[in-house]
Amino acid sequence: MKYLCLVYLEEQKLHAVPDSECAACGVGLRSSGLLIAAEALQPIETATTVRVRNGKMSITDGPFAETKEQLAGFYLIDARDLNDAIQVASRIPPAREGSIEVRPIRELSP
Amino acid sequence: MATTDQVRETVNAVYLSDSRRVLSTLIRLLGDFDVAEEALHDAFRAALEQWPRDGVPANPRAWLVSAGRFKAIDALRRRARFDALDELGDKADIAVHDPNAWADHESVEDDRLRLIFTCCHPALSPDAQIALTLREVCGLTTEEIGQAFLTPARTLAQRIVRAKAKIRDARIPYQVPAQAELPDRLEAVLRVIYLVFNEGYAASSGTSLTRHDLSAEAIRLGRLLVELLPEPEAVGLLALMLLHESRRAARTSASGELVRLEDQDRSQWDRELAAEGTTLVERAWASRRVGPYTIQAAIAAVHAAAPAAAATDWAEIVALYDVLSQVDASPVIELNRAVAVAMRDGPAAGLVLVDAILDRGDLSDYRLAHAARADLCRRLGRAVDARASYERALELTRQEPERRFLEQRLAELTA
Repeated sequence: MKYLCLVYLEEQKLHAVPDSECAACGVGLRSSGLLIAAEALQPIETATTVRVRNGKMSITDGPFAETKEQLAGFYLIDARDLNDAIQVASRIPPAREGSIEVRPIRELSP
Repeated sequence: MATTDQVRETVNAVYLSDSRRVLSTLIRLLGDFDVAEEALHDAFRAALEQWPRDGVPANPRAWLVSAGRFKAIDALRRRARFDALDELGDKADIAVHDPNAWADHESVEDDRLRLIFTCCHPALSPDAQIALTLREVCGLTTEEIGQAFLTPARTLAQRIVRAKAKIRDARIPYQVPAQAELPDRLEAVLRVIYLVFNEGYAASSGTSLTRHDLSAEAIRLGRLLVELLPEPEAVGLLALMLLHESRRAARTSASGELVRLEDQDRSQWDRELAAEGTTLVERAWASRRVGPYTIQAAIAAVHAAAPAAAATDWAEIVALYDVLSQVDASPVIELNRAVAVAMRDGPAAGLVLVDAILDRGDLSDYRLAHAARADLCRRLGRAVDARASYERALELTRQEPERRFLEQRLAELTA
């Protein structure tokens, strides 16, 4: 089963964990066959939100949510079950600075 | 040949003694809570139809699991036709070639543990853990749980539906945690059991009857857990619950007022429960892996051993609180220790400690801290300080019997 591990960090902590450590985590997960994809994201000020309402596209700057933590990156993993996914999430380095949201991937219905 | 009525009685008896076991095995075989519950009901319906005709099977539980599994697969086949049958087939075929595989004692007892650990999975909200455990492990109806927790049945039903959906969609595995995870996961299970117990124990009037059942249910759960997984802290928690339970009758007066431990009529204590609790404490203590529940149970056992309040071994209790603060430091434990010190060394010594805790601000909104301070001041003859603290405690209390108790104390102060 696939899980998306979303990494959330407060803005001032975006660089609290060295990139090299995150990269090493990705390499480790990939070699154990758990990783499908992982990327870090540019800070939230670079985000653009796209909506389509009544066929009309609107574009806004950034997400509106007023939360302290922002989405900083993600790991798409393939785990046996939630326990397995939680184990992986706990090994993602920014888990000790921010939080990791573990979301099961929903298969689109045919 | 047994009459239909006799068979009906047998089916009812099997339902009471074994329906939770059958359910826990069906969840493993069918991989889904809702499917398993439907299968459970179908299986008992089939028993009511077939047992009068064919006789009661030698192993009713295995018969029910087998019937339930068959009915579920049949229903899913009809519903799903051929789609997704392969996936289901894999799961449902697990035990096909060996009918005893789902009936042997060990795997069935493991299923009960699987069910407990899944219902108390930390990925579920604490409220959901409690509701799901009472529903699935104890077999209470949502109406019964709602009454006991003073929550509308509809809210509880939703909570349970959501929890089951999370188990299914996030794929929370149906398993007993591995040794490495066991301590943390067991702690979650123990917490659920203790919360259920306290919910029943804290209640003392009005709806006390239904709520008392919660304590009994928690003790039953505690016993089950000790039987299935005799970890020292599980034993310690059961001991703690039994020792508290042994004082229930003496805890409230005939008019529903709270009676303090020191004022309780000890002849009303249930000696049998206390003795069982004390034996369990000794057993848990002997493991040399003592945790907070075991230590709290040991403190309760010291009280149980005292024939009168004045004969309480306060030195021993202070020593146990010292051990407790080492494994589980918290301001509340520090407060309880301070009260024990006051009993050992006099109110002045206790007051110094209580004031130090309150000055730190840790417990400034904790009613029992103010009530404790009030009591120490009263014993020292400092009526003005006592009054201020009783009043602060009254502001903070939410429980009716506690309010009456504090008002009574306040009135005595004036008199």
